[in-house]
Amino acid sequence: MVVLPAAVALVWPVVASADELRLLTWGGYAPDEVVQAFEKETGIKVLVTLSNNEDMISKLRATGGAGFDLAQPSQDRITSAQQEFNIYKPIEFTKINQAQIIDSMLAATRKNTAIGDEVFGVPHIWGTSGLVVNRSVAERVKDWTDLCGPDLVGKVSYRMRRPILIGMAFAMGENPFEAYADVPRYERMMEKVGETLVACKPNVKAYWSGGDELINLVSSGEVVAAEGWDAGGWKLHDEKPEISFVAPASGALGWIDTFALPRRGKNEEAAYKWINFVMKPEIAAQITRSAGNFSASKGAEAFVDERLKANYQASFDQAAIDNIRWYPPVPAGLEAIEGRILDRVQAAR
Amino acid sequence: MRADGPRLATWLLLGPALLWLVLLIVLPHVDMLLVSLRLRAGFGQYQTSAVHYLAFFTEPLYWRTFMRTAVMSILATFLTLVIAFPVAWYIAKMVRGRVRSLLFLACLVPFWVSELVRTYGWMILLRETGVVSGFLQWSGLASGPVEMLYNDVAVMVGLVYASMLFMVVPLVTTLDSLDDSLIEAAYDLGGNAWSVLREIVIPFAMPGIVSGCIVVFMLSLGNYLTPVLLGGKDSMWFTEQIFTQFIVRFNWEQGAAFGVLLLVLSSLIVWLGLKLTRQSFTEVMR
Repeated sequence: MVVLPAAVALVWPVVASADELRLLTWGGYAPDEVVQAFEKETGIKVLVTLSNNEDMISKLRATGGAGFDLAQPSQDRITSAQQEFNIYKPIEFTKINQAQIIDSMLAATRKNTAIGDEVFGVPHIWGTSGLVVNRSVAERVKDWTDLCGPDLVGKVSYRMRRPILIGMAFAMGENPFEAYADVPRYERMMEKVGETLVACKPNVKAYWSGGDELINLVSSGEVVAAEGWDAGGWKLHDEKPEISFVAPASGALGWIDTFALPRRGKNEEAAYKWINFVMKPEIAAQITRSAGNFSASKGAEAFVDERLKANYQASFDQAAIDNIRWYPPVPAGLEAIEGRILDRVQAAR
Repeated sequence: MRADGPRLATWLLLGPALLWLVLLIVLPHVDMLLVSLRLRAGFGQYQTSAVHYLAFFTEPLYWRTFMRTAVMSILATFLTLVIAFPVAWYIAKMVRGRVRSLLFLACLVPFWVSELVRTYGWMILLRETGVVSGFLQWSGLASGPVEMLYNDVAVMVGLVYASMLFMVVPLVTTLDSLDDSLIEAAYDLGGNAWSVLREIVIPFAMPGIVSGCIVVFMLSLGNYLTPVLLGGKDSMWFTEQIFTQFIVRFNWEQGAAFGVLLLVLSSLIVWLGLKLTRQSFTEVMR
């Protein structure tokens, strides 16, 4: 009788106090200096949990949308997760200082994260996936399919996730985003991509899964061409000038990370305050410095340092920017197809 | 009143352990079993089905991955036993006092850092630009960089290294209780080193060997970090499949089915092992 309440108290989840913001986000999106400045201005303590798209959905699904007050999934992953698991609540746009956000991005995210009349996302940071390439092979690696080219045996790395499938499909002359609505067509396309990736396997040194792994492989020179994020490529470039980020000829893959409210979050007010705080141009520039990616905040570029701008311009000329393929929302069910293909590639010898 | 006293005390003492067992082990497993038996029919709609278990047997990939994991784990267990037995013998029989504590400590020290750090240590040693490759080139034994990471041998090295302690400890405990006069008597009766080992030492140490093997086998089978980090593109470990289904694919139902299958099949393998070596579980766990 005595033991039971004690055990229950142990198991009971810690109740969030009113002046706490539990933030589920990506590495670099909530740097210490910004967290401290926010705490000073509002008195709200920020508890940061680092995550990625799949992990965010898994965590929120496990609790039915509890445990966090604000999450930052990519915009293309919101509607399917919401329909399937009901983990978010709609954004109240009256509480957001919309004048701080670039209009075109705000409109695009509103459209891409809407279910009926309800909108679930506000844009925050955007960036691209493309190729991280060593100068020694830069002449030969200009598109996704070049990763599978001859003479690169054991010198290539990519992540066994969606981007490599989508990128390969584009480089093979297909348009996977158009095929999103047509499941059989998408499946055929992915089968073909799967075959390419199986044939490509001798080129692969190791599949990377975290950013550190990629950086290790590329900066040691063991891998000379890899799939990666632009920010990762630029970070490597600052350390080793021979490495750079290249936008693939068939188009870099563009993503936008958003703010979304977990359905059973406790401190909604703090979440809105954080959104409005970090979208101020000078704060947004601080986050850009730590994350390496640009934000949807209006006027933040003015505060971003010159080196990052130079890196960005070296990777993207105007044509490459126009050629960025922005991820549309993923319909539920497609990821099961992709999963099967990835499993098969992984198992092939 | 007085008769109730001891019984109440027993329950109070058992209470925390029982609560732990029920709340944190039995209930989650029951829940996992229930999750594994449902099929996602639509958004938020479920029906009962064994389809996820069927997938394991019909999709060769999953079945092969499990077999590979089991075979590699058995091999790792065997190698660990072969390497740990002389070490345990030396600690239990050949040395006394301070040296003995020091040797035990030497076995224990690697476990003061986390498994992740130990695995990264192996990666630093074995990778193409790593320590071993560098040494080989410096000493002229190799003309170019040597890649020793990302293959099955690297996985095996990592597994054996990670589970050495769990074999050494039960072996030392049982060998310690072996009376030296028995060995002496065997030699007096004309035995040689080999026959003494086969007829006296191994039969005596059998409970320790089996309990060590069970622990090491289960640890290897359930290991996630070592095969994934050291195995590279062909690692194919069953726990990796479970992780992928749960976290990457959001397919909890399939992941749960794999989890249940891992539990059942590994128990089956242990049971078979006990039958083959004619050991009883209660004897081994004593």
